[in-house]
Amino acid sequence: MELLRYILRRMILSAFVVVGVTFLVFIVAQVVPSDPAALYAGPRPTAEQIEKARQELNLDAPLPARFATFASAMASGDFGVSYKSRRLIAEDLRAYLPATLELAVFSTGLALLIGIPLGVAAAARQGRWPDRLGSLGSIAAVAMPTFFLAMLLQLVFAQWLGILPLSGRLSREIAISAPLQMVTGFNLIDAIIAGRADVFGNALAHLILPALTLASYPAGVAMRLTRSAMIEILERRHVVAARALGLSEPRILFGHALPNAMGPALTVIGLSFAYALTGAVLVEIIFAWPGLGRYVSEAILAKDFPVIAAVTMVVTICYVVMNLIIDIAQALVDPRVALS
Amino acid sequence: MTRLVQRLGWPGTIALAIVVLFVALAILAPWIAPYPAQGAGAPNVIAKLRPPSAEYWLGTDHLGRDILSRIIYGTRVSLTNGVLIVAFSLLIGLPVGLAAGYFGGWIDEALMRGTDVFLAFPALLLAVLMAAALGPGFLNSIIAVAVTWWPWYARLARAEVLVLRGQPYVEAARLAGVSHPRIIIRHILPATGRPLTVQAALDVGPALLTAAALSFLGLGVLPPTADWGQMVDAGRKFFPARWWYSAMPGMTIFIVALAFSVLGDALRERKGGAARASA
Repeated sequence: MELLRYILRRMILSAFVVVGVTFLVFIVAQVVPSDPAALYAGPRPTAEQIEKARQELNLDAPLPARFATFASAMASGDFGVSYKSRRLIAEDLRAYLPATLELAVFSTGLALLIGIPLGVAAAARQGRWPDRLGSLGSIAAVAMPTFFLAMLLQLVFAQWLGILPLSGRLSREIAISAPLQMVTGFNLIDAIIAGRADVFGNALAHLILPALTLASYPAGVAMRLTRSAMIEILERRHVVAARALGLSEPRILFGHALPNAMGPALTVIGLSFAYALTGAVLVEIIFAWPGLGRYVSEAILAKDFPVIAAVTMVVTICYVVMNLIIDIAQALVDPRVALS
Repeated sequence: MTRLVQRLGWPGTIALAIVVLFVALAILAPWIAPYPAQGAGAPNVIAKLRPPSAEYWLGTDHLGRDILSRIIYGTRVSLTNGVLIVAFSLLIGLPVGLAAGYFGGWIDEALMRGTDVFLAFPALLLAVLMAAALGPGFLNSIIAVAVTWWPWYARLARAEVLVLRGQPYVEAARLAGVSHPRIIIRHILPATGRPLTVQAALDVGPALLTAAALSFLGLGVLPPTADWGQMVDAGRKFFPARWWYSAMPGMTIFIVALAFSVLGDALRERKGGAARASA
């Protein structure tokens, strides 16, 4: 009962937050810019063209009315038309959103895969070199500018070693000669559906460097959280008992301690996903990844506010929903959360 | 010196030295930079994209300007960015947090739900939206980041006030008929100041990183003013063949952010607490 009330309250709060987000995006994208009509009318507009644009955009209506129009358009998934390309933004989003989500999901998985074993190793060898190296790495990961790490990885793995592609999402030959049928928009999944191992391998190779860039910071956090949770649990009685019974060290670490230390994993999933969505703006430019980040960075240069507003809305809603799911999952795993 | 090392540990002391060094570079830029005119933006087309050498220690950029001088001048922008972002955020967050914590009730509810909305955005994305709306420029990019930053201070200040509000000396002041604004400013603000200034000092590093990301996206200061993030972006066209153009300012950002973060850890361990769950 407590749990149900907690979940309901979190959902209502999230709905409230989404309304607030919509309002804020409306203010920043439609009210702050000096003259949206001049931007909409195109390069070097005449006075009549600007006037026409003002009417088309309904800029003379009072603010509450304009907000109502904006909010109902957003709710129905009508994001309007790009100032620059005159294309429907909703269609562009359908093409770019899966690319960003694929990157975010993959980098989150990578962060857990790197961070958790490192955290276990650090806890098992407390104060020794794996521990020190790990904590050094996680401090460095926080201070590293995302965009610079991306360039370094390109330099080492694409330029010097030549083992991974420099940029893009699929090799040009594949994209041109035998394009992939888009089903989910996730290249890895679509390749499996189409049963094409070559495309799968190619997509995977393209994913690794951008995902590694985005995974470095959350992996550091995952390592630190796993380490401290493990250290606490290794001192508990059931672990001491397991030791006394003569169980092997790996069996104690992975069989008895780690399952109890998985609480932080949920936190890291949320954090990593958020970090990937945010970092996408920087990473997608550098790796020429055709996702929302690159889309919005092009829109920034063109002052294409409907596009910027749409991307901000979509990404923020992904973020809010993700946080809601994590909160609920955490309450289900550990009912004490709901009571506090 | 030995007392400092005792207090901060070796890593903390080295980090502090690096921070002090960069502050000195920022203040003394015109006297320290080998080519002050180039640092300030004057082109030097006879020496375009030279690799690091005895003449140009860190190489030159696409206009032939000495990268070392540009980095030294860029220190001014980056450090003021970091400090001003934190200062502006405090300016918004502190009053909001104080009012929410002190008055409680519906004022608290309204203010905190408002901050929730700001926290619901992925921070960099809101900053990008804001900076795009305001247009590029030094002050605008600072405002854009501060808009995403202040809710943390509001939360921190509120938490501090909630504890202080029940203190006997505050209740005594209220019974003595002291007005609300006076209680907040004279009796509560000084006591919240300390943990908040520690947190604010620690946040200069992350703030500087966010500002660098904005200027990498072309939303920071405008050329010819030197700025690290902008230099990394400008060098991208020549990367990796002329790696030094991007790599030198990129390394600089990393070193400064690292110094702030190590110094922060050292201070936090000493203080015990004042930690914030950063997202």
